[in-house]
Amino acid sequence: MRRSILFMPGNNPGMLLNADILGADGIILDLEDAVSPKEKDAARILVRNAIKYLGYRKSEVIVRINSLDTEFWTKDLDEIVPFKPDFIMVPKISTAADILVADEYITKLEEKLGFEKNTVKLMPLVETALGVENAYAIASATPRVRAMLLGGEDLTADLRCKRTKEGNEIFYSRSRIVVACRAAGIDCYDTPFTDVNDAEGLIKDAEFAKSLGFTGKSSISPRHVADINAVFSPTQADIDYAIEVMAIIKEAKEKGLGVVALRGKMIDAPIVNRAVQVLEAAKAMGVKIDE
Amino acid sequence: MSKVVSSLNEIIDLLKIEDGMTVSFHHHLRNGDYVLNMVLEALAQKGLKNLTVNASSVFDTHQPLIGHIQNGVVTGLEANYIGGVVGRAISEGVLAKPVTFRTHGGRPSDISKGTAPIDVAFIAAPTADTMGNCTGKYGKSACGSLGYAFADAQYAKKVVVITDNLVPYPLTDFSIPEIYVDYVLEVDSIGNPAGIVSGTTKITRDPVGLVMAQYAAKAIQASGLLKNGMSFQTGAGGPSLAAAKFLMDIMLKEGVKGSFGLGGITKYMVDMMNAGCFESLLDVQCFDLDAVESIRTNPRHREISAMQYASPNAKSCAVDSLDVVILGATEIDTDFNVNVHTDSNGYIMGGSGGHSDTAAGAKMAMIIAPLTRARLSIVVDKVLCKSTPGNTIDVLVTQHGIAVNPLKPELALRFKDAGLPVCDIHELKRVAEGITGVPKRIKLGDKTVANVIYRDGTLLDTIKSVR
Amino acid sequence: MEIKKLATAGTLESSDAFITVEPNENGIELNLESVVINQFGEEIEALVYSVLDELDVKNVNISINDRGAVECVLRARIETAVMRGKE
Repeated sequence: MRRSILFMPGNNPGMLLNADILGADGIILDLEDAVSPKEKDAARILVRNAIKYLGYRKSEVIVRINSLDTEFWTKDLDEIVPFKPDFIMVPKISTAADILVADEYITKLEEKLGFEKNTVKLMPLVETALGVENAYAIASATPRVRAMLLGGEDLTADLRCKRTKEGNEIFYSRSRIVVACRAAGIDCYDTPFTDVNDAEGLIKDAEFAKSLGFTGKSSISPRHVADINAVFSPTQADIDYAIEVMAIIKEAKEKGLGVVALRGKMIDAPIVNRAVQVLEAAKAMGVKIDE
Repeated sequence: MSKVVSSLNEIIDLLKIEDGMTVSFHHHLRNGDYVLNMVLEALAQKGLKNLTVNASSVFDTHQPLIGHIQNGVVTGLEANYIGGVVGRAISEGVLAKPVTFRTHGGRPSDISKGTAPIDVAFIAAPTADTMGNCTGKYGKSACGSLGYAFADAQYAKKVVVITDNLVPYPLTDFSIPEIYVDYVLEVDSIGNPAGIVSGTTKITRDPVGLVMAQYAAKAIQASGLLKNGMSFQTGAGGPSLAAAKFLMDIMLKEGVKGSFGLGGITKYMVDMMNAGCFESLLDVQCFDLDAVESIRTNPRHREISAMQYASPNAKSCAVDSLDVVILGATEIDTDFNVNVHTDSNGYIMGGSGGHSDTAAGAKMAMIIAPLTRARLSIVVDKVLCKSTPGNTIDVLVTQHGIAVNPLKPELALRFKDAGLPVCDIHELKRVAEGITGVPKRIKLGDKTVANVIYRDGTLLDTIKSVR
Repeated sequence: MEIKKLATAGTLESSDAFITVEPNENGIELNLESVVINQFGEEIEALVYSVLDELDVKNVNISINDRGAVECVLRARIETAVMRGKE
């Protein structure tokens, strides 16, 4: 289930202790922006221990390391990779070459540790104009890259435009990221909505991201998680339709019919695929489905 | 005839207060109260000894009480709640005789039955007239309801009203009538407004608290009790208030019109009534300025006495008509017994208040608490003090799951059907200890420092000294 | 590993611990304060010695002000303080 991913500060024991009960499908334990330069060592050790000992079971674990132009990122990987987080998020990725640097380092670590290759997946954070333009190259650079996050705040600074709630300024970037990720066959997450107190704005923003094709949305506030999950979950109408589609396909197969229609619409392969995805998501959410 | 006297000294002489008597106080001025300290100081100055203080609650501002205990002025203490400062001294054994803890319902019951006789009741009244008609709704020290003081007024041998807003006779909008009052004393100030109605308690922003509050509201929705005519009470803690807010959202969305909100009343309960979630509020104590304003101006916001709130000795009381109550806990054991009297080291820092009364009365009594607090599990094998018996607690809501009392299997089924994370309370304990480790059971002293009296007058538990 | 200078790690917030390490010549001296001393005092003490042993620290003055940190947090804070003190 991949709808919401939630940023958690990496040097806050109280937050780390409860990171996986906040309803987020993935938690991003942050060693980068949420940690001051003087505490990078402390956060790295704390996050490593949190993964090692707390064994987060209810969420995927994503660790955002420091960017490749800092002195911290190799140490981050040295400490974190041995404990097999689901994803390493690498910030400020602008080219395929960037992500290959991280990939290569992780590959060496995995070899040393005796892990199967690509045990630890990569989620590049694309937050520069160059990164957006190279999105497909980044997404398809290595099989280790399995998801991508768009970072709207840094991106708009790079674009030299104002970040607005409406988000017209990142419309192109969002679409480009979705197309690149879908073309490469990986998941894509939308940038966080940063007004913690505007629930309506959040829902609108999330619904728009969903309409563009994003897998899910990131969040900087636990209070946004429930709404994001709701937006990116299949609706009851979606589920009902998917059940109908599957039923009619089954019937068609039994009767040996080649072409079937439902509600006057031809049921073809993409519609069936979509129905399968909806039902899988619904099952993952715990919705009971009688088939 | 005039009841107005000029000083506390004069009252002590007129009433012939003697060594060994019992004096009583109520706690609507909460941590802003000056009256208890003022009266005890005067009694101490007179050289009186061996007094028993029966206060509905004791707060940290009553720290001078410790000195009066050390000097032998006070040798007995009865209360429904004792804050951490005085509580610590009690736990360390400052008082030779055990404290008597009651509940908000048990106290007026025991007072009316004569098992807790009061010689002189001192009523802190934010407004009073010269004959003693008094109210908490007006005046610079306004506190709203005077609910806990009614039993004292009605049953004490002598009653003194102390006010800082003396008005001409008759005060028409009175709570406690003159028929019970012997004397009236005017003083400069009965309390510090900042401590009386602390600013509105903020709804928690703590993400864990919000997760629990969401579960609590959904559990109420799934319980089958959320329907027109529902009655509701909630504590004033952050997660409880957040749960009330989420419940309000659900009620408004589904068009559910409740019957009454009960208890200590906060702004959030007032908001719920005004939004149409409740027909009325039954108020034994106001927690904030919005509640005080509401009880003063809105006839649907009704003051009730502690007897009507929760007394098992009354012919009926409001908790018996209560559907849902949300409560807190410092510890809960695997038999669902709850401790709200002591902290995890055994020091007294609270009391039942209305906890066990509402749990006994409500159709669904729900505890909301984080599974761990600073490396301590909320769920334990055996609570250090049984404040509320487990057979009256139905549900425990934590961020890691919801445990339902095995006495209520149908409730567990309803929650499961609603997709709520129901689990066994032993499983919650295992999860907690997986996080914290298994704590060593603390060793307490041999001396009994308090007896916890259940609302029906029976001994529920004893609290031991801390070594 | 030798502690060469005074170093600290952690905070005094609830669920965290504040650790101070200082050079010492005569083995390990531990000064422990904890809000859960009654429930976990012995465990915490044992943990400190075990973590110091893992890090091969033989001589140190270590002070711990524990605000209810769970074991993995205590471990992290001790390790951080030691790493900072050895430099």
